[in-house]
Amino acid sequence: MSISGTTPADVRFDLAVTPLREVNQLLHADGLSGSFAIDAPAGAHNVAVGLDAPVAVAINGHVGYYAAGMNKQAEVTVHGNAGTGVAENMMSGSVRVTGNASQSAGATGRGGLLVIDGDAGARCGISMKGIDIVVGGSVGHMSAFMAQRGRLVVRGDAGEALGDSVYEARIYLRGTAASLGADCVEKPMTEEHLEELAGLLKAAGYDDDPSSYRRYGSARTLYHFHADNSY
Amino acid sequence: MTATSNDRARLGLRESATFDRTTIAAIQRAAETGIYDIRGWGAKRALPHFDDLLFLGASVSRYPLEGYREKCGTDVVLGARNARHPLRLDVPVTIAGMSFGALSGRAKEALGRGASEVGTSTTTGDGGMTPEERDTSKHLVYQYLPNRYGMNPDDLRRADAIEVVLGQGAKPGGGGMLLGQKVSERVAGMRDLPVGIDQRSASRHPDWTGPDDLTIKINELREITDWEKPIYVKVGASRTYYDVKLAVHAGADVVVVDGMQGGTAATQEVFIENVGIPTLAAIPQAVQALQELGVHRKPDGVQLIVSGGIRSGADVAKCLALGADAVAIGTAALIALGDNHPRFEDDYQRLGSAAGFYDAFQAGQDPAGITTQDPELQQRLDPVEGGRRLANYLRVLTMEAQTIARACGKAHVTHLEPEDMVAVSIEAAAMARVPLAGTSWVPGQSGGF
Repeated sequence: MSISGTTPADVRFDLAVTPLREVNQLLHADGLSGSFAIDAPAGAHNVAVGLDAPVAVAINGHVGYYAAGMNKQAEVTVHGNAGTGVAENMMSGSVRVTGNASQSAGATGRGGLLVIDGDAGARCGISMKGIDIVVGGSVGHMSAFMAQRGRLVVRGDAGEALGDSVYEARIYLRGTAASLGADCVEKPMTEEHLEELAGLLKAAGYDDDPSSYRRYGSARTLYHFHADNSY
Repeated sequence: MTATSNDRARLGLRESATFDRTTIAAIQRAAETGIYDIRGWGAKRALPHFDDLLFLGASVSRYPLEGYREKCGTDVVLGARNARHPLRLDVPVTIAGMSFGALSGRAKEALGRGASEVGTSTTTGDGGMTPEERDTSKHLVYQYLPNRYGMNPDDLRRADAIEVVLGQGAKPGGGGMLLGQKVSERVAGMRDLPVGIDQRSASRHPDWTGPDDLTIKINELREITDWEKPIYVKVGASRTYYDVKLAVHAGADVVVVDGMQGGTAATQEVFIENVGIPTLAAIPQAVQALQELGVHRKPDGVQLIVSGGIRSGADVAKCLALGADAVAIGTAALIALGDNHPRFEDDYQRLGSAAGFYDAFQAGQDPAGITTQDPELQQRLDPVEGGRRLANYLRVLTMEAQTIARACGKAHVTHLEPEDMVAVSIEAAAMARVPLAGTSWVPGQSGGF
């Protein structure tokens, strides 16, 4: 894991010198292109949020909450750890965290690819709506809670209540889940799923054997109100 | 021939106050179906409300304004505390958040048309922002809800203000629901859900848990939109004093407090009628919180919007007098569009209801074409005519509020104050913190008569 400010870039920002609001507004400029580095984030919240341009942004250090939130188009790399809600509601593009991510990583994301090389905390992929998430390590409890669309790949283990109340998102898990949440069941791995998983792993830079994974998804028993589940 | 209540009384028949006919029907329905009742509307039980307050018109001790001649302002500025582009509304009556999905696209368009005609705002809802709503709304508030259906940064930037929703008066602590009949292809597509399922929305936000997190979340929304938009925080009325204080600490520019009479499109009956507090009880708590923080009615302060059971200009005036900067209407706006109109009586009866009683907004069979996704039923609402009706109603609310303000000698409707009112019940006096009429007694605050 690299946390030093050494990545090459067309434009560098030092968050110890330049206020965050100024950096974010510069990254929102019309017609933005090229590569950018943000040094010395020092755990700042809301770094590189709301980007909407085909640019590469390297954040050299740990970030706080919501880094790269609502990202569109941009390729953002956090060389360090990320706090709560990294890449929340991402629309497109990609976000990579070389370290670990806190809870709610990729929450409500609607597109793009989020890769976390380390572990992710609780509620990874909560309410995801089309995003793809690949976690190099393990994920915490209630991951993929109410996940609607998209794919969550976990190379390690999952905490309790994986996929609780999941809708149509697909969960691929290499290790074991402490428990499955309400209405989450194991499903068969067909050729379609093996191929899909191989593509996700490749996009994330991993070369695991897809057949070493198991697939989980919705039993669809909560899709309509019944006396026994309509809490 | 059906016996009347008087006939039954003459026969010595006595209905139980505890087990009345509505209660008996509810027990019988539960026994037959095994599932709780889900309906629309807000709390229907009798509650201390604005009807229990009266204004003290000017006389010798106060000087009135001429009713039809002297200026009485109605404009309001919302969110100037942090936003580069605060909302500047011509009237202090806004349209509350109601979702596309709960309502038809034509109903959302009508709300936008009506609000824009009088220079006020309308608000999105659980289902995201529709083009017809954006196109017809001069001032559009974009709700940021726990489920984040359809949430995207482009719509955030297209919005005129952002409302972070923590709850609503009909169900503080509860998430939304939209039954399968209304989850059409378009609704499902906007929400990233399968068509036709009974959809349950989250009751809490997915990526923050408390007021400290909310501070960061609000700042994220500001950063994404380059600090242009006012940020509202909406709460269902329950622990209002504390909730408002925490919302302000978290950075809210505007706080929206929705009392338990506030409407819903689909919620459990037991929730609607038993959770939350009346609007009347919530306003003084919210105002006290804002005053203690030094942000009430200040140029760079935090504005208060109140909703839940507002029907007339008198209700508007009473909210403003208690300290609100503006109000929001939902149920009343739908009635203005045509909801529960007697011309649909035959249809209501076919559905087992009647004009004036219809609340099955969850079912998607609304004869008025408002709370439905049925393509044919939707055609019953003309969005242009609906917008005209709503604009008329909003004008009446405003003129009525001005009438009262002038009678109390106020040159602006927000100059009304608690001192202008008394209560006609002890409960209302205690909740509103104004004296019982004819006395100086404010229950809970002052000593004797």
